[in-house]
Amino acid sequence: MRRGRYSFAALVRHALSGHRRWPPAWRRREPKRAYDVVIVGGGGHGLATAYYLAAEHGVRDVAVVEKGWIGGGNTGRNTTIIRSNYLHPESIALYDHALRLWPTLSLELDFNIMFSDRGVMMLAHDLHDERILKRHIHANRLLGVDNRWLSPAEAKAFCPPLNIDPRARYPVLGAALQERGGVARHDAVAWGYARAADRLGVHILEGIEVKAIRRRGDRVLGVETDRGVIAAGRIGVVVAGHSSVVLGTAGLRLPIESFPLQALVSEPVKPVFPCVVMSNRVHAYISQSDKGELVIGAGTDQYVSYSQRGGIQVIRHNLEAILELFPIFARLRLMRQWAGIVDVTPDRSPIIGPTPIRGLYVNAGWGTGGFKATPGSGHLFAWTLAHEEPHPIVAPFGLDRFESGRLIDESAAAAVAH
Amino acid sequence: MLEIPCPFCGPRPEVEFRCGGEADIRRPADPDRCSDRAWTDYLWNRTNPKGVHRERWWHVHGCRRWFVVSRHTVSDTILAVSDSGQTAQPQETAADG
Ligand SMILES: Cc1cc2nc3c(=O)[nH]c(=O)nc-3n(C[C@H](O)[C@H](O)[C@H](O)COP(=O)(O)OP(=O)(O)OC[C@H]3O[C@@H](n4cnc5c(N)ncnc54)[C@H](O)[C@@H]3O)c2cc1C
Ligand SMILES: [Zn+2]
Repeated sequence: MRRGRYSFAALVRHALSGHRRWPPAWRRREPKRAYDVVIVGGGGHGLATAYYLAAEHGVRDVAVVEKGWIGGGNTGRNTTIIRSNYLHPESIALYDHALRLWPTLSLELDFNIMFSDRGVMMLAHDLHDERILKRHIHANRLLGVDNRWLSPAEAKAFCPPLNIDPRARYPVLGAALQERGGVARHDAVAWGYARAADRLGVHILEGIEVKAIRRRGDRVLGVETDRGVIAAGRIGVVVAGHSSVVLGTAGLRLPIESFPLQALVSEPVKPVFPCVVMSNRVHAYISQSDKGELVIGAGTDQYVSYSQRGGIQVIRHNLEAILELFPIFARLRLMRQWAGIVDVTPDRSPIIGPTPIRGLYVNAGWGTGGFKATPGSGHLFAWTLAHEEPHPIVAPFGLDRFESGRLIDESAAAAVAH
Repeated sequence: MLEIPCPFCGPRPEVEFRCGGEADIRRPADPDRCSDRAWTDYLWNRTNPKGVHRERWWHVHGCRRWFVVSRHTVSDTILAVSDSGQTAQPQETAADG
């Protein structure tokens, strides 16, 4: 048994010392002057990239540079919905690659990320919704990805709190169900990848901000930070809402705009909500955490902002819809509200791959829905950095698609923020 | 929620408005002749600044006119408002921070 693995024996051993001697899950390191690869941004995607670089490609001289604390960005602010029922073959391949990594991730990382495949149900409230959802179901099933249609009664059987009264403000005409979908514990995903990467020698550098990308001509040299220059021949920028800012220092302009996206949680209650429910039409999505809180996601503000606040009218609209769908929650109190800054692309698909600057790679534009992709994104981005060419699954998602016009329009799949 | 000073109606709550995104985006004069890169830049690339943003707003539930707002994207403070009929000024003034 490897030292430091989490196990029942370790639990017993540490119980004897009152749980005061657990080693830190990842070490605090002094930044070196140079690394083979620098990952900018210690969210789930950046940490996963570093882990897979070390674990699968033998690239261990890697630093993850995070300006705040790891997982403090959108990774720790999202509503953790995981699914792969997108519309286009390129996206289905990308998101399903991630979905297939989730079930065994706790084992792989030796960290309980609490993945729960409790099923994601997407509601149809009118004929248009119904057609769109059914089109997704067919597209998914043609590619062997599970997704099926439920009648209103079946939807209610799957999620008893749902109001299916035909006279309801938002009548439920049916739903699409992806049973392999679900949720996971967001913090644990960041911590689990950080711990596993640290054990393979990756440096997790928290509290260090990248101020600029250094380049000479069309070649990248390293990053300037508030702790000095760190040299690297390969740099992966994985900073979500700050992509335009960080890559702007290298002279790049991106097809991305940053918007606040809000979520809220209720007071904890006993298990009452067995699955995840989303409604694109009324812009609401909801699940129950293992702590018992209802986790509710709202929409984005309509204007570019880095304020991490979000307008009150956005959550008001969202909660009105939630209560129409689930009247039993009318008397629940809300405990917390927050926003993350999401990086939205014109076609609602991410941007992964090289940039016009050699050695500089981008993984961004996951917008309102990238948590679900965390393992897959890291896995494929690590491959891309290791081979210095895009992995076939991410190749269609390059920055060049905006010039070629080959957009991957997922605005129907991602119309709601999730 | 923002309070937006419509240059025609005065300050009103954000719910009366629709945001039209970044201002000062000019269509290339001769699309047939401009490079793919210039066309891409016009169609898709955005400044998305962490700082002062010049953006278009539409008073859809009011006078239904368009105008331009300069807003700081960290504090969301509105720094200036102008009638969009005027030619766009390059942003040079307001403090960045
Ligand atoms: C409210 C909300 C709900 C959401 N719900 C869902 C959902 O249900 N399902 C889903 O799939 N997705 C959801 N998302 C989207 C999802 O959270 C993101 O797409 C995903 O977490 C992005 O991960 P990341 O690692 O790329 O970014 P982040 O976790 O944001 O990490 C980027 C990191 O970069 C750091 N950084 C930025 N600038 C610098 C710099 N200059 N130097 C160093 N570090 C820097 C930041 O501090 C941050 O930690 C939601 C998002 C929000 C905000
Ligand atoms: Zn007006």
